[in-house]
Amino acid sequence: MSSRRARSRQSTSSSRITDEQINDLVSKLQAVLPEARLHGCLSMQVSAAKVLQETCNYIRSLHREVDDLSERLSELLATTEASSAQAAIIRSLLK
Amino acid sequence: MKSSTRNPNPNPDTPRFGPSKLMVAFRFLRALTLVHRTAPNSSNAARSRRIQRAAFASMAYSAGPRRAWSRALLWRLHFHRARRLCAGRSRAAGVPRRPSTTRSPADELRRLVPGGTGMDYCSLLEETADYIRCLSEQVKLMQSVVDSGGPRGR
Repeated sequence: MSSRRARSRQSTSSSRITDEQINDLVSKLQAVLPEARLHGCLSMQVSAAKVLQETCNYIRSLHREVDDLSERLSELLATTEASSAQAAIIRSLLK
Repeated sequence: MKSSTRNPNPNPDTPRFGPSKLMVAFRFLRALTLVHRTAPNSSNAARSRRIQRAAFASMAYSAGPRRAWSRALLWRLHFHRARRLCAGRSRAAGVPRRPSTTRSPADELRRLVPGGTGMDYCSLLEETADYIRCLSEQVKLMQSVVDSGGPRGR
C-alpha cells in the first residue's frame, strides 16, 4: 500500500485526474448528502470545499446518531427480557 | 402505534430491507443478542460501546473487502480487540483522537472516513459516498429496532 506516496501527492496524483472527474465525484457525493443541508440547491457549482465541509458535518452527525442509538439500544436491552427483545427485533425486520 | 418520526419509506410496495440490507440487519441483530446474553449485568456505558462496535462491525462485514473503508474498519476492529485483551480502552471506530488544528476539508474527511488517510483524492470521494450510504442505512436499522423494540411503547 503506497499510502505515504498518496498522502503527499493528494491533488496531483500520477494518473492525471481531470477536473471533470473530480466534479463528477463531488456531485455524486453531494447527491448522498441530505438535500436540506445544501439549502435545496439546484445550482450546479456548489464549491467542492463546501461539499466536503457538509460531508464532514454529516458524517459527524451520523456518528453521533450511532452513539445515541447505541445508548438507547443498551437501555432497551437492559429493560427487556431476552425473548421479547428478540421478538421485537424480528418484528422490526418484518415490517 | 408505530413511531413515524423517521420513516423514509415512501413506497409501501418495496420491502423495507433488500437482501443486502437484510444481511446487515441479521449480523447486527445477532451481535445485539450476543451482547444481551453475555453481559446482562454490565454497565450501560460498556454495553452501549459494545453495541456501537457491533454496529460498525456489521456494516463493515456486510460491505466486505471490496471497499477500502470496510477493510480499514475491519482491521481497526480486530486490532482494537487484540489491544483490549491486553490493556486499556479503545476509541470508537472511525473517530481517532487528535488535537483539532486548522485543516483542509479534505484532511478533515480523511480523518472521518476509515482508511481515508491512505487514499488519493478521487478514491476518498468515492469511498466517502459509499461509507455515508452504509452508515445512514445502519442508522435507519438501529432506529427501527429502537422504534419497534420498546415494551413500553412510544
